[in-house]
Amino acid sequence: MCLAVPGKILARQDMLATIEVGGVTRNVSVMLLPEAQVGDFVLMHAGFAVQVIDEEEAKKTLALFKELEQYAEHDK
Amino acid sequence: MLSMTNEEVKKAAAFFTREIEKLASGRSLRLMEVCGTHTVSIFKSGIRQLLPENVELVSGPGCPVCVTPNEYLDTAIAYSRKSDVMITTFGDMLKVPGSSSTLAKEKAQGSDIRIVYSSLEALEIAAKNPGKKVIFLAVGFETTAPTAAAAILMADEAHLTNFYVLSAHKLVPPALRALLASGKSHVDGFLLPGHVSAIIGLQPYDFLSKEYHIPGVVAGFEPLDILQAVYMLMLQIHDQTARLENQYSRIVPKEGNPSACTILSQVYQQTDAVWRGLGKIPNSGMSIREKYQAFDALLNIPIIVEETKEASQCQCGKVLRGLLQPSACLLFGKACRPEHPIGSCMVSVEGTCAAWYKYGAGRWQV
Ligand code: SF4
Repeated sequence: MCLAVPGKILARQDMLATIEVGGVTRNVSVMLLPEAQVGDFVLMHAGFAVQVIDEEEAKKTLALFKELEQYAEHDK
Repeated sequence: MLSMTNEEVKKAAAFFTREIEKLASGRSLRLMEVCGTHTVSIFKSGIRQLLPENVELVSGPGCPVCVTPNEYLDTAIAYSRKSDVMITTFGDMLKVPGSSSTLAKEKAQGSDIRIVYSSLEALEIAAKNPGKKVIFLAVGFETTAPTAAAAILMADEAHLTNFYVLSAHKLVPPALRALLASGKSHVDGFLLPGHVSAIIGLQPYDFLSKEYHIPGVVAGFEPLDILQAVYMLMLQIHDQTARLENQYSRIVPKEGNPSACTILSQVYQQTDAVWRGLGKIPNSGMSIREKYQAFDALLNIPIIVEETKEASQCQCGKVLRGLLQPSACLLFGKACRPEHPIGSCMVSVEGTCAAWYKYGAGRWQV
């Protein structure tokens, strides 16, 4: 129920944003995330954008996961 | 967001599971995943089977539908029988059994019950049906509650006079506190819900480490997120420390979402609430503030609700506290199945009983 999906803001008019999720566009409210801007990746839940996705942190997590590969190789 | 090849995922997962095994070194440990979305991801990706036998994942009270008590459903069902009322609800509430009926049964018998994906749709329905009293069944934790609060603010602005909310919102940290205070649910570490935390931030969980000396890690929902979070918990357990850590930093800032929290507390105030299986928990629910009372279904639409009865053999209460594995329930997979649920834990796809039924039991030692 607390499932939320990421999407990218394509356009914004007042408290309504057009967001792209996997090739489909949807309208969601940004009332709970007034700082959201066009170009931001946001997390959506039940018709609302609820959080901006921190791309730097996402890259760090990904880099860490990918780095583990070397350890896995190493230990064999 | 995290694009990785299968091979890369496998290798990272192998690293985590190997390290977890080393850190656990023969001790029996129970980690609780609080959130139903975690439960589903754990079962789907087979994480329970990947972990060493002495590290068990136990589901907690984190499926909003599952913890909604019969009394709430009985009230919603009673409302649905009124000819001037229309019920708007998330789809997963439909099959949840009340004392003697379900919303699905009432719908089949002609009650006007509409499934919506957001509170905004409920608002639209209210605007289009001025002759009906439109009640939105507001169920969900801190992730969902602000969306209902926002709808109330919008209804207020639009001067809608036929939109009402029946609130059963619940708050996660007070439930964890109650679980620990009961002293019965032995937990060595918590995997904390990522999307709830995206709203409330980290501070509300401080008591876990400070008062109970139990480590907690806010976790994302990809299988590797969960494995990393388990690994982070294991590092702490191994070092005999207890901290609150954040594995899901790409989504969860320390302070959460202050705008959403402001809207939430503008419309709602904390109140005691009854949880299925956990009973009444102080300050764990949300009620509509006096200023927005005009939107409170209970205060505006009189209703007589039948006496609440619990399904006598359903063990949901114990399942939700991590005290009993679903397969130990006599009805599991027999009288109680997803297509014919007896208890709420079998209804929602996020329910522990439903996950066990769908994905196979896996191990669990109590
Ligand atoms: S299997 Fe069904 S009856 Fe048994 S505890 Fe789970 S939901 Fe309740």
